Amino acid sequence: MKKTVLTDEQIISDLLPKKFGKWGMAWTGVLVVICLLGMFAYYRQLRYGLIVTSMRDYASWGIYISNFVFFVAISLVGSLITAVLRLTGVRWSTPLTRIAEIIAVSAITFGAIIIIVDMGRPERFYYLFLYGRLQSPIIWDVTVITTYFFISVLLLYIPLLPDMKILLAGKEKKGIYRFYSFLGSFWKGTHMQYRISKRAINILCITIVPVAFSIHTVTSWLFATTYRPGWDSSNFGAYFISGAFLVGAGAVSAAMYVFRRFYKLENYITPEHFDKMGKIVVMLGLLYLYFNVNEYLIPYFKMKKSEEAFLNGLFVGEFAPLFWSAIFGGMIIPMIILLFPRGRTPYPMFICGTMIVVGAWFKRYLIVTPTLLHPFLPMHNVPESYKHYFPSWEEWAIAFGSLAGALLVITIFVRIFPIIPIQETLTEHHQKEL
Amino acid sequence: MDTTSTSRKAFLSSIITTGLALAGCAPKKDPFELAAGEHAKASGEKVKLLSVDGEVIEVDKAFLRPVPEMPAVSNSEERRGIPGKKFVMVIDLSRCKNLRFCEKACNHAHHLHTGLNWLKVYPMDEAEHTAPYWEPTMCMHCDEPPCVKVCPVDATFKRQDGLVLIDSDRCIGCRFCMAACPYSARVFNWEKPDTLTAEEVCQPYSCETSVPQKVGTVGKCDFCPDMARKGELPHCVSACPNGVYFFGDLNEDSVTNGAETFRFSELIRDKAGYRLMDDLGTKPSVYYLPPVARNFPFEKGLENDNEKS
Ligand code: SF4
Ligand code: SF4
Repeated sequence: MKKTVLTDEQIISDLLPKKFGKWGMAWTGVLVVICLLGMFAYYRQLRYGLIVTSMRDYASWGIYISNFVFFVAISLVGSLITAVLRLTGVRWSTPLTRIAEIIAVSAITFGAIIIIVDMGRPERFYYLFLYGRLQSPIIWDVTVITTYFFISVLLLYIPLLPDMKILLAGKEKKGIYRFYSFLGSFWKGTHMQYRISKRAINILCITIVPVAFSIHTVTSWLFATTYRPGWDSSNFGAYFISGAFLVGAGAVSAAMYVFRRFYKLENYITPEHFDKMGKIVVMLGLLYLYFNVNEYLIPYFKMKKSEEAFLNGLFVGEFAPLFWSAIFGGMIIPMIILLFPRGRTPYPMFICGTMIVVGAWFKRYLIVTPTLLHPFLPMHNVPESYKHYFPSWEEWAIAFGSLAGALLVITIFVRIFPIIPIQETLTEHHQKEL
Repeated sequence: MDTTSTSRKAFLSSIITTGLALAGCAPKKDPFELAAGEHAKASGEKVKLLSVDGEVIEVDKAFLRPVPEMPAVSNSEERRGIPGKKFVMVIDLSRCKNLRFCEKACNHAHHLHTGLNWLKVYPMDEAEHTAPYWEPTMCMHCDEPPCVKVCPVDATFKRQDGLVLIDSDRCIGCRFCMAACPYSARVFNWEKPDTLTAEEVCQPYSCETSVPQKVGTVGKCDFCPDMARKGELPHCVSACPNGVYFFGDLNEDSVTNGAETFRFSELIRDKAGYRLMDDLGTKPSVYYLPPVARNFPFEKGLENDNEKS
């Protein structure tokens, strides 16, 4: 596969975390500024109430909720790359596991945060544990998301331990060293420890699959358990999961390109990886397309009265430009590009991945908002602002702040830890040489 | 030792009192207690009264004072409901001309934030060749309430007398119930209600009066159980000059709009009463009588409509 013969020392020095360059600094700075803006907007929301948002009685959920769905969707990738591929014995994905896992952890963290932001009474958050009622899908969501978070953190942490030993080697005993040694000094790399960690990872990989399916299914049930046109669908769980797999794979494709380019990982993330990821994206895209047909065209065939205005709004009305852009830009066009081998090379993959992620974000918006703006009873005798929804600057700032926050977590993680598992790469390298 | 502990207690309580005062709320006083410096002197003028035991007694007039508001019903009682009752409402669509006195009375009684309505009157026009009519809606107090099913913290609950009420001290403002209610009955307090006096803001919330509404929580029609406890009709019912609303008890099989009283079952049978979106399975407690043989033409109501649609 690789022409150049890599020595162990070179692999290690290639993969060790690197200091931020000029661009790294600028990037981090921009993210911090966006986060601060988001925090300021949230301060205003706490002070004046949800009135600072554009949500009103009809559009009672807005981009906070669609952002939440987006985060949950993207976090599903952790289980796809790590667990599904690992369990099916796919070896080529090793360099991608940690990228996928950190995306999952930071996305699910910010998903949880954004839900608290959406609450009218965030200071009563603990009531969910004090007075929680099992019959509410929100409680199911809280349960599975917490579980998913912990499993994902463990799946990130345990494979990191052997690398921690490498990180600790030849470091001065101060600053970041303390942090590494706090996290992983107990790892001696004994045979026993390897056995235990291997078993633990296997168990986690198996448990994370049903939990991952539940987080997104339950999130879809927040909508599907209501009567509203566009949400009242028995197809919703599968539709959400297929969409989540697509956006997650898109995010990994884009991230692969970025890490490879800026961390000079050409020897580790190879064109072969892009080619294989590209094929996976196409397959997931087809799956998502299938569920979209089910979700939109079948109701359109029947055209029930309650759904008529909603569907027309999406296909030809107010939301049509956004809807078709999301369908074509976020699903069909990337899929067509990736059908060609030239399309599955790094740069086009980056473009396609980004298109899928952006399209997916707007698709989530289209799942939440149009439905709420088409209630069963007409909207009458309410202020004009109740009949439309366009997020206020506070909402944009908070939504982008949370996205920037998630990226910031990933950026800092990459600054501290190797993004490609060093030990596993070494082991595989040795196996290949034999 | 003793003195220090008392003084500490006094100190603590003074802190608490100041804290409350700073928050704008004075601690609650016993309404039966005499105000400081108030001493009643016998005037010599006697009045005859009937005691609770049925005996006639004489009391000096100076000792008489108005009965304060009855102490509020406890939260657990409010969650249980009025025993033996099953409240229903019947709305006669043939009488409505969109006067919206009901809406005003409701908003006033519950001190709703300006512009928010729990009670809404819709101009309904089902299809191209059907006749339009005015349809008042409020919370249907469903027997299978989708809003209650989804509430994560039991802030909205179903009582044994059929009412669906909200505990604003419990609500976390997730608005799931608003998404779940197919009747758009729920209204959110996006900001601090502007109609509350400082005193009302401080009064403890009651699920039965739904006052005071709190920012960041959800509100809706409560069927006025506080009025029912006093043996009076909900505000919308007594405010409507056209007698559109009938309120009553299913167990007694009677409903009244104040002026006329009907057997509920006969009224529904004779006038072909129905429920809104019954096909959803929500089992509403509000029944509608179809808009036949109308008292007013539809156009009459347009005069009172803010929004020409
Ligand atoms: S009308 Fe709406 S708010 Fe009232 S009980 Fe039914 S579902 Fe709940
Ligand atoms: S907004 Fe309040 S009443 Fe409604 S579901 Fe959430 S916690 Fe329950």
